[in-house]
Amino acid sequence: MKYHSISFGTRMAISRKGLLLKLLGLLSLFLIFVIGGSFIGEEQIEANMSQKNLGPSIRHLFGTDWLGRDMFFRTLSGLHLSFRVGLFSAAISTLIALILSLLSSYNKYFDAMVTILIDLLLSIPHLVTLILIAFVLGGGVKGVVVGIALTHWPSLTRVLRAELMQMKTAEYVQISKKLGKSRIWMVRNHFLPQILPQLLVGFILLFPHAILHESAITFLGFGLSPEQPAIGIILAESMKYLTAGMWWLVLFPGLSLILMVAMFEAMGNNFRKMFNPQ
Amino acid sequence: MLAFHIGKFILKRTLKFVTLLFAVVVLTFMLVSLSPVDPIQSYLGAEMMVVSEEQKEEIAEYYGVNQPKLQQFFKWLKMFLQGDLGTSLVYRQDVLSIIQEKFVASFALMALSWSMAGILGYALGVIAGMNKGTFADRAIKLYCFVLASTPTFWIAILLLIVFSLWLGLFPIGLGTPIGVVSEQVTWLDRLKHILLPAATLSVIGVSNITLHTRQKVIDVLDSEFIRFARAKGEEGFTLFKRHVFRNTLFPAISVHFASFGELFGGAILAEQVFSYPGLGLAIVQAGLNSDVPLMMGIVVFSTFFVFIGNLLADVLYTMIDLRMKNGEAI
Repeated sequence: MKYHSISFGTRMAISRKGLLLKLLGLLSLFLIFVIGGSFIGEEQIEANMSQKNLGPSIRHLFGTDWLGRDMFFRTLSGLHLSFRVGLFSAAISTLIALILSLLSSYNKYFDAMVTILIDLLLSIPHLVTLILIAFVLGGGVKGVVVGIALTHWPSLTRVLRAELMQMKTAEYVQISKKLGKSRIWMVRNHFLPQILPQLLVGFILLFPHAILHESAITFLGFGLSPEQPAIGIILAESMKYLTAGMWWLVLFPGLSLILMVAMFEAMGNNFRKMFNPQ
Repeated sequence: MLAFHIGKFILKRTLKFVTLLFAVVVLTFMLVSLSPVDPIQSYLGAEMMVVSEEQKEEIAEYYGVNQPKLQQFFKWLKMFLQGDLGTSLVYRQDVLSIIQEKFVASFALMALSWSMAGILGYALGVIAGMNKGTFADRAIKLYCFVLASTPTFWIAILLLIVFSLWLGLFPIGLGTPIGVVSEQVTWLDRLKHILLPAATLSVIGVSNITLHTRQKVIDVLDSEFIRFARAKGEEGFTLFKRHVFRNTLFPAISVHFASFGELFGGAILAEQVFSYPGLGLAIVQAGLNSDVPLMMGIVVFSTFFVFIGNLLADVLYTMIDLRMKNGEAI
């Protein structure tokens, strides 16, 4: 028995170390995207007519476009832009999820209301809702951020709601109630600290969806404006140059986007494993 | 007995859907009313300059643009209930007939890709689940993970580059060949135009059903009766055919039905890349050209589409769950 528990403990420690290493690797990748993107000035993505339509090479890793702009730097700043849009919208979405799940734990009327809201949002395809909201707000960054923030909270709300339901019946919460602690006190001292890990994981896992939807809606022409080097814009523009054989305009920006999205997905999953090891 | 329960279930869900649809309609109407788009301007389009102020007033009067929003909504609702969704500004046609026409094209695309993704996804899920922990399993899991992070339209563009531009196997876009009268378009032509967008949607759509089936197969393989079957010497395909297949097929189909929302979203993107003339292209056109009636029509229609998918998924579950069959719980 003793031996068993020791071996269990060491195995846990090893997998934790591995997890931490993985997370560290992912974080450094993340820093390259985010910090790297913010250092890129106008001069790196300036049009340079003497260098146009070049394939990928050492000087221009991702090639150049029809205006001679370096695609590597354009892609990096596009990822940076995607990250910022994702950050804003995921943060708002998480906040909405937190507020709604707390509301639904308050009483059954609020709970019914929140359930109806979730059903309502899940009854329309996400992309259709996004197009509708972007159209109503006249496109642009605002339309994308508001649209993603308003459509991506249901899954996290469900998770948090279930968690809170369980917590409400816990003994210590019942005791606090009997002691006459206020609702706010219980939220601050019992509920929030307990759901914080879920909240963080949910927040990180919102990024992949947010970023993918941002690029999709931008690609369709409802999102960021054409002057901004968003990945959606880059890919939409590259469609016009497909017949000219400029495949690198499509391949590398798309691959970079996948890398960033997969990174967030892996980061969220690893954080989840760290918070609740099985 | 079973038919009765399913009938009751469908009725219940339909009633719930009607209230939900009403909420969607109210919300959409509110959103659209908030938009900065000037209805007169989007109605007139380029003729805005030619038409005099008095005429604009008359148009506004005729369509009730200046009436209170609530009154406008009830007027719209009344027409909606009579099956009149208004006239599209882009296509200058009745919205309902446009949706019908476009849906036929979209339906062909979605049905094809949905079935391909279902078959492929189920097969991959079974292979991964039956060989848990092996190289094949890890490769399939990695594929699903990467695909879940991949934008649909990017896959579409890649397929377009490789199969249409480099290999020249398929046409570059549209639903039918250019310059051919619609009566002369053959089935082969249509198939050629639909295959690439459908492949795009299938490649992406596989991920969800594969991972679900894999988990289900692993769960089934963990159970007592499998241990018994193994003790009798059943292995590999026989084991799958006799025990795993019937226990995992319906859950997989059910999950696949519940993915109609994502399918519709994916179709919008694939249709955009391939200029395939379906509902997805129509809603993008409606959005970019401020065609409010068409947009509202498609929003309502897509809600209906998702509802049908979810309903079928739930009915399947009702049918396979023995407790529900015996009427113990709904």
